[in-house]
Amino acid sequence: MNSKRVLVLGIGNLLWADEGFGVRCVEALNAGWQFPPQVRLMDGGTQGLYLLPYVQEADALLVFDAVDYGDTPGDLREVLGEQVPRFMGAKKMSLHQTGFQEVLMAAELTGKLPAELVLIGVQPEELEDYGGSLRDVVKAQLAPALQLALNWLDRWGAPGVPRDGRLAGAEAITDAALAIDVYEGERPSAEQAYRLGDTRFLNLEPT
Amino acid sequence: MGVYETQGFKLDNTGKRVVVDPVCRIEGHMRVEVNLDSNNVIRNAVSTGTMWRGLEVILKGRDPRDAWAFVERICGVCTGTHALTSVRAVEDALSIKIPDNANIIRNLMQLNLYIHDHLVHFYHLHALDWVDVVSALKADPKATSTLAQSISSWPLSSPGYFRDIQNRLKKFVESGQLGPFMNGYWGNPAYKLPPEANLMAVAHYLEALDFQKEIVKVHTIFGGKNPHPNWLVGGVPCAINLEGTGAVGAINMERLNLVKSIIDRCTEFVEQVYIPDLLAIGSFYKGWLYGGGISSKNLLSYGDIPNIANDYSTNSLLLPRGAIIDGKLDEIHPVDLRDPEQVQEFVAHSWYKYPDESKGLHPFDGVTEPNFVLGPNTKGSKTNIQELDEGAKYSWIKAPRWRGHAMEVGPLARMVMGYLQPKQFPEIHGLVDGALKKLDVPVTALFSTLGRTAARGLETAYCVKLQREQFDKLMTNLKNGDLNTANIEKWEPATWPKEARGVGFTEAPRGALGHWVTIKDTKIDNYQCVVPTTWNGGPRDHKGQIGAFEASLMDTPVAKADEPLEILRTLHSFDPCLACSTHVMSPDGQEMTSVKVR
Repeated sequence: MNSKRVLVLGIGNLLWADEGFGVRCVEALNAGWQFPPQVRLMDGGTQGLYLLPYVQEADALLVFDAVDYGDTPGDLREVLGEQVPRFMGAKKMSLHQTGFQEVLMAAELTGKLPAELVLIGVQPEELEDYGGSLRDVVKAQLAPALQLALNWLDRWGAPGVPRDGRLAGAEAITDAALAIDVYEGERPSAEQAYRLGDTRFLNLEPT
Repeated sequence: MGVYETQGFKLDNTGKRVVVDPVCRIEGHMRVEVNLDSNNVIRNAVSTGTMWRGLEVILKGRDPRDAWAFVERICGVCTGTHALTSVRAVEDALSIKIPDNANIIRNLMQLNLYIHDHLVHFYHLHALDWVDVVSALKADPKATSTLAQSISSWPLSSPGYFRDIQNRLKKFVESGQLGPFMNGYWGNPAYKLPPEANLMAVAHYLEALDFQKEIVKVHTIFGGKNPHPNWLVGGVPCAINLEGTGAVGAINMERLNLVKSIIDRCTEFVEQVYIPDLLAIGSFYKGWLYGGGISSKNLLSYGDIPNIANDYSTNSLLLPRGAIIDGKLDEIHPVDLRDPEQVQEFVAHSWYKYPDESKGLHPFDGVTEPNFVLGPNTKGSKTNIQELDEGAKYSWIKAPRWRGHAMEVGPLARMVMGYLQPKQFPEIHGLVDGALKKLDVPVTALFSTLGRTAARGLETAYCVKLQREQFDKLMTNLKNGDLNTANIEKWEPATWPKEARGVGFTEAPRGALGHWVTIKDTKIDNYQCVVPTTWNGGPRDHKGQIGAFEASLMDTPVAKADEPLEILRTLHSFDPCLACSTHVMSPDGQEMTSVKVR
């Protein structure tokens, strides 16, 4: 019997367009597959130290996130082992990454860093769209990202079984109001809701 | 801007400019610029929110019963508090009464959040502004043990224990991987603790790291899941079945016993570790009483933890409510969040547009129309600001005022309010009084960076006690057969009026939080949040009055201009939402928080 405890964590802020990639991945993984009981799927949001206990309990940790590697938008990268904490802090993109980098360091400091670390990250196209959803190039990477994760879960002896039928409400990872179709469908119009961010964070070159 | 006076401070921006920029986002990021005189004393302070907050507008047209799920995502630290404020606002608008058990369970979750947030803030976000980690390597473990045993009966205090901690720390430092201890200004003369006190604090840093994860289990039990617990307009989304068994479904005796044991452990840790540490650290810093800002004059608290369900009046609230202005400590003004003359937001120095910017707007009439323009004295460009022009618009945060006054919110406001009303709040009075006596400092010492940090710890001790009382109340109800946790009479939108508006308030761990909602034809028509960091971190108003952050930095001497330890210490003492953002690192492990001296 393989009872390696696995934590699959989606992190990021789903209110900031492609920042929601991690959470959307874990939401979709949960909607499509069932896993053995030693696997925990979690929407980590932008929580920092709140996530520590779950990380400490895991033997293997797989994180979905949007990470600014300086690649072409939509590029998917898989980062392993000790490279993971370094990439979580790559380019001052989002505070949750700092928070999560600290979680990993705190786990290490307490001697409970998961033995295996995997980061599946996508290069975002757009962050400065508050209330917006994933851009097409990023959304297109959901399925490939899930496939990478399923391969890891297979390797860790915890293969996913496709669900038949829709997910019951209580099994959903995010609240129904935030589910991607509702979130996108009920968005107020650009006329009603200003959509631009702070231009200093638009990743423009200094002029 | 030159030189001018406001609120008893003389602002002068002619000296050397220092820019401290955490440079990141998501939770509302902040940057601070100060001017130092020739003796390195801060003579002008400029606090700016560098992020557009558009929450108000993305809620338009949504179902008000779902608003909590969105507001839970605004911020990574205040999640539950925002959700609670939101359901209270909607219940207020629709006149929904919640059952007693729901009120108690919400109180338990809110108190639990306080205890967790305050503890993590003290040990993991703020302690390193007072504690020099590298100095701990020089400590004598035996002397550390003697020190620890002299202040507390906490059992983890042997010389061997501290030696082990020191060895672990040594290994960490030698590996070149300081981890969370990365961005300290180690060795800076503004650190005052002897090596032994530093080592003791590092040990407790690690213990708190381990302990904090136990505290939040209460949220999982009552909220169904963590880190984003469920909330419900009309009550709490958890059923109670005392005889039930198993891990899924209703709250049963087994889970309630777990809550009880967590409350017991919180009590132990706060009484035997947190409070003694606070007093020990305080005793070395009681000569450093900078950072008070406007706290000796203007304090505001909305109050929280209603002891009687659905009664949000001053007498029901176990965390005090009121306003103090102009330093008149013998007069506590009532606070009414509906009164258009009380809470108002101004935008003369904010990147928003009002028809008349010499007037403030009450949140019900709030307008959020962006207007990103820079003043003529700005250095740099719109995409790369090197120095802000505080004479013009300079922040994405609005400037909230209470009857026209800039106010400080947070634990210090709450504890001072309680201290001044010993009849209504004997426990708060006793805690504050005891700490002042122990440190042998006058009441005025509260109005400082140290006072703010101490108030947070004392409040934690008070919350631990309230948590126990609320738990006992819940158990009494359950034993009497009252298992009701939700009122769904008005769940269906068909039962709602065509138009309604309401206010929800809480005290977030970092201060007064209000949500104002207008519902029209069963959908959200307008939603405004005024958050604690807006009160404390907001920019100047049309009269040039400065907010709590800016005031708190005034007249503080800085030991080294390129190591703004004193600035971070004071700003962190507010527990701003940006506390952790000063730990940003690049892929090579280098600090990203930049400090520029010009």
